[in-house]
Amino acid sequence: MSENPLHLAVALDGAGWHPAAWRDPNATPEALFTPGYWTALVQAAERGLLDFATIEDALGLQSDDHLSRTDRRTDRVRGRLDAELIAAFTAPLTSRIGLVPTVTTTHTEPFHIASALATLDHNSLGRAGWRVQTSVRTDEAAHFGRRALPEIRREALGTPEVDAAVADLFEEAADAVEVVRRLWDSWEDGTEIRDAATNRFLDRDKLHHVDFSGRFFSVRGPSIVPRPPQGQPLVVALAHARAAYELAARSADVVFTTPRNAAEVPGIVAEVRAAEQAVGRTGAPLRVLADLVVSVDDDGQEAQDRVRRLDELAEQPLRSDAAVVAGSATELADLVQEWRAASPELDGFRLRPAVLPTDLDAIADGLVPELQRRGAFRSAYDTDSLRERFGLPRPASRYATNEEVAR
Amino acid sequence: MSADRKQVILGAYFPGVNHDTVWSDPASGSHIDFASFEHWARTAERGKLDLLFLAEGLRLRTRGDAIFDQDVVGRPDTFTVLASLAAITEDIGLAGTINSTFNEPYELARKFASLDLLSGGRAAWNVVTSFDAPTGENFRRGGFLAPSQRYERAGETLEAVRRLWDSWGSDAVVADRESGRFLRDEHVGDFAVRGNQFDIAGRFSTPRSPQGHPVVLQAGESPAGRDFAAKHSDAIFSRYQQFDEARAFYTDVKARVAKAGRNPDEVKILPSAAVILGDTEAEAHDRHADVRSRQVDPLTSIVLAEMVWNRDLSDVDPDGPVPDLEPTPDAPKWIKGRAPLTQDAHATAEAWRELGRTEGLSLRQVVTKVFDRNVFVGTPGKVAAEIERYVEQEAVDGFILGSHVSPSGLDEVVDRVVPLLQDRGVFRTEYTGTTLRDNLGLEPAERFGEPASA
Repeated sequence: MSENPLHLAVALDGAGWHPAAWRDPNATPEALFTPGYWTALVQAAERGLLDFATIEDALGLQSDDHLSRTDRRTDRVRGRLDAELIAAFTAPLTSRIGLVPTVTTTHTEPFHIASALATLDHNSLGRAGWRVQTSVRTDEAAHFGRRALPEIRREALGTPEVDAAVADLFEEAADAVEVVRRLWDSWEDGTEIRDAATNRFLDRDKLHHVDFSGRFFSVRGPSIVPRPPQGQPLVVALAHARAAYELAARSADVVFTTPRNAAEVPGIVAEVRAAEQAVGRTGAPLRVLADLVVSVDDDGQEAQDRVRRLDELAEQPLRSDAAVVAGSATELADLVQEWRAASPELDGFRLRPAVLPTDLDAIADGLVPELQRRGAFRSAYDTDSLRERFGLPRPASRYATNEEVAR
Repeated sequence: MSADRKQVILGAYFPGVNHDTVWSDPASGSHIDFASFEHWARTAERGKLDLLFLAEGLRLRTRGDAIFDQDVVGRPDTFTVLASLAAITEDIGLAGTINSTFNEPYELARKFASLDLLSGGRAAWNVVTSFDAPTGENFRRGGFLAPSQRYERAGETLEAVRRLWDSWGSDAVVADRESGRFLRDEHVGDFAVRGNQFDIAGRFSTPRSPQGHPVVLQAGESPAGRDFAAKHSDAIFSRYQQFDEARAFYTDVKARVAKAGRNPDEVKILPSAAVILGDTEAEAHDRHADVRSRQVDPLTSIVLAEMVWNRDLSDVDPDGPVPDLEPTPDAPKWIKGRAPLTQDAHATAEAWRELGRTEGLSLRQVVTKVFDRNVFVGTPGKVAAEIERYVEQEAVDGFILGSHVSPSGLDEVVDRVVPLLQDRGVFRTEYTGTTLRDNLGLEPAERFGEPASA
């Protein structure tokens, strides 16, 4: 296996990423809101030895246009369970796969986010991550009634007013991640001492206020939850453009990108590196994954037919912010290797199955064995924590004194 | 089992951050590791208990400027633990204490609906309020909520959350592949809530859950809190357990429920309690005395007194008399992050002094006595008989049981007391309902315009 091991993740959302996926004969749309549905998906991803599963979420109903308010369609999957609770539910039913729920920063409390994800990390023994997401939608703001967001129309993207609004959301998100990471650090390792002789349950010198004060909120801390097993769960973010690359460079450990083809990969990796430079990132460089919407089967024909049938039902071809690939496991394995060859700094892929569970099963039982045959993917989980899987060290608490670090 | 015996409701709370937990006991394990929660939950479900109950903390406790270090400190996130427990249990209810001050109705509604869907109808919400400025230091809204608004906000929060739960009918998801109709209509999830505390509108994102409305518990003891509970809740978690005061509380609250136009049976009263067993009465009382001496150690007795006096009592001898110092209730809070013990500090201090004088007790002995109000001590047979007596004579509908040891403290109750309650015909031997509402004997939640059986 190469120096830089291939990483494969799966993105779970509803019945799959094709808007008509729920109408596929093998789909189980009546089960979307049941625990068994999600458990089976996460277990299938673990069977395929995938690095982690992300679970999509938002504080409003799905819409065909993620910028717009709810679209009132009745022919698409609408409705969701809370992603963090789905991840928590699957934690005791899995043992190795990373669990990465989406949690929005725009209307939520960083203190609650820090507690929830630290607990997910405790309950999963070091497998928790956080997909950071902002909300630009006016309808989601109205669900909270605390602030009005300007309506952002697709055609207005790039105007100074919209850029400023988006910049605010990103700044708030960066502050939220900073606070959450500080809260995770606010209990040093070894804070709990249970010293009966001195009647001290903990060493209070190892607990720290985080005293964050920013434009959007201030948080005193410390956390209510002791430091999680990974120290800091893995933070991930999706980015399509410079401002979002910079947010990822400032705040995340892994960035999902959306090259359309192999030729675009080196340029996007270069943009990510430039963003890291621009924000003065220190520490490990971002791990870069490419998002792909995939439909897969043994010979490729059925995968293409499936997409075509669903396109007809949806009355439009499958479109996405990410590249769409329908084909055989062999073809997809070729593509994986071709894109990796285009840039050795592409660490892997986050695959968005067009139809669940069909395309996830094909990834686990077709694509992964094909990549293993080529020596391009692991044959067993070889690390325990999610951070380790990405070669990321367990961070020391920023509040630990030098003396303690040296020990 | 005779069918006409009133059935006992039993819950279990996870022993956490308070002086009741004796972390130095050799049997005491982690209060953070999921394995501890798993042990506790499996024990409770083995005993066919009604529900698991988690408390909440949103800041670490401090004394003066120093973070508490003598009690258990820290706890995991309630929702996350309950969702993980939902995966490894089948029947038991999952109750979480969640603050209505530092959460918004939309997120509360979707978290509890999600938990109810993931658990197949076992979610419960213990609604608490906070106006505590030090806790607000951890949140966007800060600590500005006036104390007088705490029940207004809690009431409006509950009403808003129930409105959101009702915004999806049980037939909202059609998912008909042939016709291509996923949602019944384009108005699924629509809501608008306008009140003094909230002005929110839009579409709720989570389908109707098995219970429709997860069970709502409340912990109010003041007249306003009792009225709030009588109007809004399915169960009340109280601390009244001495038989006479429990019965007075029960009678008072059930009357308030009736006055609010509800069936008194629809609000269950469930005080917290603990059990200490022995093979003989004498052994049980010895164990109790030993546990009490470790729960209320000298430092803890000072800290508990400080909660009344609201000042530093480090110089007071715990083995001397209750101090003659006056409380300073208007000073900045000396101990933060714990619920207040008293409305009238001067009267409480005087009552403690009086108790010390008349019974010849030291401060520590007074504190031990004042806080010794929620333990059944005796042989399993005696404890089972006592629990039955409380329920049969309408002092309570059941108990939420804690223990001084986590997570194994519940084992003994489940192994030695529950079978006796079952023999007496006052506690289930198998779960009969599919939801927590069923198991508690509560009516199904109705949705506006929809029959309860739908």
